[in-house]
Amino acid sequence: MTRLVYDGTFEGLLTAVYEIYERKLTTVKLEKGEYNINGLFENLIQVTTNEVRAIRVLNGLKQKLSPIGIQRLYIAHLAGIENDDDTIVSFIRYAFDYNRNIEDDYGNKHVLRISKVVGMMRREKHRMEAFVRFQKLKDKTYYAAIQPDFNVLPLLIKHFKNRYADQKWIIYDIKREYGLYYDLHDAEFISLEFSSVKGANNVMAAFSEDEEIYQHLWKNYFNSVNIPARKNTKLHLRHIPKRYWKHLTEKI
Amino acid sequence: MIEARITEKLNILADAAKYDVSCASSGSKRKNENKGLGNASNGICHSYTEDGRCVSLLKILLTNHCIFDCAYCVSRKTNDIKRAAFTVQEVVDLTINFYRRNYIEGLFLSSGIFKDADYTMERLVRIAKKLRTEHNFNGYIHLKSIPGASDELTREAGLYADRLSVNLEMPTEAGLKLLAPDKNRQDMIDPMAFLNKEIIQRTEEKKLFKKAPMFAPAGQSTQVIIGATPENDNQILQTANYFYKNFNLKRVYYSGYVPVLADKRLPALNTSVPMVRENRLYQADWLLRNYGFKVDEIVNNQQPLLDLDIDPKLGWAIRNMQAFPVDINKADLQMILRVPGIGVQSAQKIVRARKFAKLNWDQLKKIGVAINRAKYFIICKSNEFERRDLTGTNIKQFILAESKSKYLKDVTTQLSIF
Ligand code: SF4
Repeated sequence: MTRLVYDGTFEGLLTAVYEIYERKLTTVKLEKGEYNINGLFENLIQVTTNEVRAIRVLNGLKQKLSPIGIQRLYIAHLAGIENDDDTIVSFIRYAFDYNRNIEDDYGNKHVLRISKVVGMMRREKHRMEAFVRFQKLKDKTYYAAIQPDFNVLPLLIKHFKNRYADQKWIIYDIKREYGLYYDLHDAEFISLEFSSVKGANNVMAAFSEDEEIYQHLWKNYFNSVNIPARKNTKLHLRHIPKRYWKHLTEKI
Repeated sequence: MIEARITEKLNILADAAKYDVSCASSGSKRKNENKGLGNASNGICHSYTEDGRCVSLLKILLTNHCIFDCAYCVSRKTNDIKRAAFTVQEVVDLTINFYRRNYIEGLFLSSGIFKDADYTMERLVRIAKKLRTEHNFNGYIHLKSIPGASDELTREAGLYADRLSVNLEMPTEAGLKLLAPDKNRQDMIDPMAFLNKEIIQRTEEKKLFKKAPMFAPAGQSTQVIIGATPENDNQILQTANYFYKNFNLKRVYYSGYVPVLADKRLPALNTSVPMVRENRLYQADWLLRNYGFKVDEIVNNQQPLLDLDIDPKLGWAIRNMQAFPVDINKADLQMILRVPGIGVQSAQKIVRARKFAKLNWDQLKKIGVAINRAKYFIICKSNEFERRDLTGTNIKQFILAESKSKYLKDVTTQLSIF
């Protein structure tokens, strides 16, 4: 078994695949992070991300998979679930070894696992599209804090940019400490000072004048549409698990 | 002060609108091409009520003043309740401000009938027009077409709204006569027929001229209240089927009657909402629209009621044991879709995956098939499968014994006589 340590980027992972083929490795394990001194006596390779090599692997994949298939690998990697880097590598190796496109071979455990992970990512993305709650700040920027289970922020750009084209907005992932800022033209990744993040989230002083009114109206609306005779708490919790409540205006 | 007044109006007019169960905001394809606000495509549930229903739209009445006296409706004129009415601008402001905060997908606007149908409809249309033309709003708009409004107004509504709906309210004409003496069925069917004609014609035009304006791109829907009148499931689903076929409805919604009023024509106030039955109707409706079932396969004169203890797909399967077992590795998609325990996604995965190699139990399970139900109806790459010659009734018992139905505690068999 050979351990490959890489920088955690998708390019890095593709570079690792290059190494695997270059060195004809058989059983491998991927790890994110720095070179680990304890591994001195083991088979351990430090992968240095290399664009040229990554692109070679990517081009190879393009021969074997559909554009959607490749995108799914990218999404699965973004999920950042432990051990699933190995699934992605196994998937890629399976794709290279087989002489036809294998992305629908759900009988294969790697293909199936990738499809599961992509499904989980999609679900989280949809949840965020639903559960983002903007608060209007004094300078008319709409700010939302999120804490998604997975790193889905990059997948949210298109949706929010298309939808809120005429307002400035920030969506900030407080768990991963980075955000997206849209300035009426482009969306870019940003990172805020912790104090200002907290400020925007908690201090009413930063809100625009009508913010409180609309939050209040929305809470009222939410309570009015409930039909007590139909109460079904189990179903309610399945749709909005508790961990999302702290950012939902109507649930605070 | 103003804030308090708006809050009160919102409480009254959202409360009065909540019994209309349709919440869908999907099926449109309005893009944000003018760099304005919003778009409408797949529909998102932004929240869920404590009863588990999707909150997707700001669903309100423009007013709950009404000149009619429909027995099942909280807003009927003889009901002694607080009345309120929004101004056009108030509805516009609420919609825009809720939308900008990502609370909603858009607006679902209905209204009691004040003065007459045209007067009411004209205001609904004005709100939609203002949102579209003055605020560049591309979010979802669902307008209720008021029965009896002029064709001109209905047509204008179609130019601004994504979806229009006329509620049938009662599954049959007799039911309507009984509970809504002011209304007549023809007044509901006329605008549906008009809209259907208009939608077909506009879609044709749009094919020829890309620039032709959109007309109700999410089509029309309707709602029937169930459990307020004695119609059985066969009558209800036949009605739904008729409207799907003849008016190209996108959706029929089934709203289990919530007893809100004491009236000797209605179920008593302490009657519980027929939620299980409502759920079974939605499942049956789903089978009609997405699984290729014909309505007579699910209900008919011999079989007028849906089973409450099992879903209609399982019900069909155990009445049609001659169609099984299905060979997962050979059968066509349509047949696989009919197997209890296999949903649309799993069925599609099966059909794609089996091109690589025949599938076994373990793989089917991982793909997402509910084996504990499907096992009685399928064979796959394995020697182990159900060999006993079980009757439909046996299978039903086995499945019920194994699954703790979420409804089990409230299941009672439907009474054959109302
Ligand atoms: S016309 Fe509509 S609002 Fe008026 S009583 Fe009948 S159902 Fe209620």
